[in-house]
Amino acid sequence: MEFQFQFDWQAAINSIPFLLKGIPYTLLISFGGLAIGFMLGIFFGLLSINKKWFLRWPATAYIEIFRGTPILVQVLFIFYGLPDLIGGPIDPLTAGIAAIALNSGAYISEVVRGGVQSIDRGQSEAGLSLGLSRTQTFWSIVWPQAFRRMIPPLGNQAIVSIKDTSLFSVIGVGELVRQGQVYIANTFTAFEVYFVVAIMYLCITLSLSLMLRLLERRGVAST
Amino acid sequence: MTHIVKMQGLNKHFGDLHVLKDIDLSIEPGEVVVIIGASGSGKSTLIRCVNGLEEYGSGELVVDNEPLAPKGQSQKGLAIIRKQVGMVFQQFNLFPHLTVKKNVMLAPMKVKDASQSEAEKRAMALLERVGIANQAEKYPSQLSGGQQQRVAIARALAMDPRLMLFDEPTSALDPEMIGEVLDVMRELAKEGMTMMVVTHEMGFAREVADRVIYIHEGQIVEQGKPEAVFDNPENERTQSFLARVLKH
Repeated sequence: MEFQFQFDWQAAINSIPFLLKGIPYTLLISFGGLAIGFMLGIFFGLLSINKKWFLRWPATAYIEIFRGTPILVQVLFIFYGLPDLIGGPIDPLTAGIAAIALNSGAYISEVVRGGVQSIDRGQSEAGLSLGLSRTQTFWSIVWPQAFRRMIPPLGNQAIVSIKDTSLFSVIGVGELVRQGQVYIANTFTAFEVYFVVAIMYLCITLSLSLMLRLLERRGVAST
Repeated sequence: MTHIVKMQGLNKHFGDLHVLKDIDLSIEPGEVVVIIGASGSGKSTLIRCVNGLEEYGSGELVVDNEPLAPKGQSQKGLAIIRKQVGMVFQQFNLFPHLTVKKNVMLAPMKVKDASQSEAEKRAMALLERVGIANQAEKYPSQLSGGQQQRVAIARALAMDPRLMLFDEPTSALDPEMIGEVLDVMRELAKEGMTMMVVTHEMGFAREVADRVIYIHEGQIVEQGKPEAVFDNPENERTQSFLARVLKH
């Protein structure tokens, strides 16, 4: 038997409308999770550089736990494990958003910590010497400068998290990969469909990269 | 006589290092005090204690009638003192994310609740005074070192301080820019501002200071009128320090 493989363009094109239905879920889980993750990141990131050990300690524990375990295990734990604890089911979408939030939050905490610590001490000293309170000094002097430095690593984390959502096909969220699997189950056109799926991820991540580039350039222009 | 700064028996340690030893120092309103000494002698630490950027170990410190406790001074108490005490740093420490004008406007708006227009008017007047009103809309990184330091002086003056601290204000500057900063400081002294200046500019000290203080290893070794300290130093440590710095 002669081996011959032909890429079936028609099959690829036919799969597009069905796959597109997964995109809203992919985007919702990614950006919903990242938005919460960003807030967690600011909160725990700032706690992790606090002078008081009893504030620093829980933050460090959170960061180490969610950075040190696979996100797949985290989402399985939330979706299959947590219902036993809270006595009721969690829908897969919520579980997915929670997993991205908690996971990206841990990485973003480190980004926040690094960003804030990179700002020269002289900046806070100048603020304090002018009579600003510590809180005012932080939010009007240190944070704006730190945030600007955080943009590239934050963009990096966003791209990682978008790709991480593909793992959530295991809990049955109808995101991009899940849609692909369902489609392939009927058509057996795995090569074509996963090719289209990959291109769709690339479209999302590339447009994000582009937006971040523009944002960074605007930030640089004013320093 | 009410003193603006009154230190009594001030001591400070950095670990095992005894950086300030029993410092007694009182400064009267309108006085310009220049502090000289080798690097590591404790002169920067001394003026950083005055606005609480540095905590001290024991002794007494009263700034503008406000006692400043050795450790654990409340943030409120510190803020009261810092409102009255301006500081100019060696590295300028301008806020790079704000324009020159906004650098000067920030503290009056945040601390004194000045309105935008009030703060802006005052900022422009101060920038005019230090000769850089035409750079108001630029960012600090677009300015030369000398210009940046003049902005930093304007920024401190915007709070209408009763005392100005200068921590080696010209040490990070290229030689040709030192003059313009010293000119602004000279003007300020002439207008009656109380100043504590840590510097290596001996010419400035001789000309502007009411009193020169020489610090050696955390101790005030000699102080007096500039002519007395520079021309007839009594302590042999002062003599050898001056011999080293004045040779060049």
